[in-house]
Amino acid sequence: MSNEFKVLYYVNQFFGQVGGEDKAGMEPEFRKEKVGPAVGFDDKLKGQGKVIGTIICGDNYFNENKEASLEFIMDLVKKEAPDVFVAGPAFNAGRYGVACAEISKAVAEQLQIPVVTGMYIENPGLDTCKDVAYVVATSDSAGGMRKALPTMAAITCKVAQGIEVGSPEAEGYIPRGMRKSLLMEKRGSLRAVEMLIKRLKGEAFETEMPMPVFDEVAPAPAIKDLSKATIALCTSGGIVPAGNPDRIQSASAQKWGKYDVSGRDALNAPDFYTTHGGYDPVYANAIPDRVAPLDILKEFEKEGYIGKVYDYFYTTTGTGTAVSKAVEFGTEIGKELKAAGVDGVILTST
Amino acid sequence: MVKEIERYGIPIVHMATITTISESVGANRIVPTVAIPHPVGNPALNPEDEKALRKAMVKRAVDGLATEITETTHFE
Repeated sequence: MSNEFKVLYYVNQFFGQVGGEDKAGMEPEFRKEKVGPAVGFDDKLKGQGKVIGTIICGDNYFNENKEASLEFIMDLVKKEAPDVFVAGPAFNAGRYGVACAEISKAVAEQLQIPVVTGMYIENPGLDTCKDVAYVVATSDSAGGMRKALPTMAAITCKVAQGIEVGSPEAEGYIPRGMRKSLLMEKRGSLRAVEMLIKRLKGEAFETEMPMPVFDEVAPAPAIKDLSKATIALCTSGGIVPAGNPDRIQSASAQKWGKYDVSGRDALNAPDFYTTHGGYDPVYANAIPDRVAPLDILKEFEKEGYIGKVYDYFYTTTGTGTAVSKAVEFGTEIGKELKAAGVDGVILTST
Repeated sequence: MVKEIERYGIPIVHMATITTISESVGANRIVPTVAIPHPVGNPALNPEDEKALRKAMVKRAVDGLATEITETTHFE
């Protein structure tokens, strides 16, 4: 069939079947074939369209070289001129999600090519792209691939063929923050009064305009005198004492740990290593201070630049960890730090 | 975690490579770092230069804690 529409696909090194964390630094490359999820996705297009090629890029490379990566990818998209651009799904993978989001935004805004991707609702990339792309709501792990691909493919088919895409609820994508005019049987004033009556009676009602929830914390006041201040070190980079005595999970952490570092000058190997399963551990295991710089803070303490490094170091793993868990950890750790009179915190993330 | 700790009124600096994530999780004081697997290190440098680099970055973070801000600020 000659009028098949064309899809260009984006995946990371893992889904591109190049490799795991050891390949996360790979530069973007283009293959004129279907790779990884693009194979299953193409199948779901049922001959209406086809995947003409797959762009593969390492998650670390993209996030550390955003401009160069985007330039390469945008040039390719221009050259291949797909009808729809598809990325992911990224599930709850942070770096992959941010990459999918940045690319989706660039392709949709600069080239006016429709974009379809997929993410878990807590993916940090979501906010960047949900208003410019169709982001299918997925589970938090790749176990949801089989469910995500048909939904992404169905939206792609509609978009490519100029068929109107239905509501987020009907089509399975995350609301894009758009409002659409609809014909209703009852006029607005009537619906409003009915809703008010339901509310007054304590009955269930459904708003027609959900309000965004803003939860911002204002910056805390600065430390007045560093030379008298106690500074605590905290990381989501998974640095733990060798043997990981509290068995902090390597992904989707359920707990945090704190370790007495008052007698140490550094978090050096082999006493410490990382248990984080979301990045290549080689560099962190060689010198854990590369992730949690206790060595420098202790130097500042000796030099009198800061008053004191807090006796305990706090740590957890920030890969695939649910936002609700991170909130819980932060609340618990903050409570301890406050009670201990800590004046400031440095938190490192990988 | 950053946001919840700051909610207690304790200033906190987030040192991270993907600063868009720092911002999206509500960090107010941010120090951009080197790379995901080694945020405050660079294995390509010799040990002395790497230590100097780390010291400069952590100094920016500590100084950031002592800087009054009213909105999200990157200390670069």
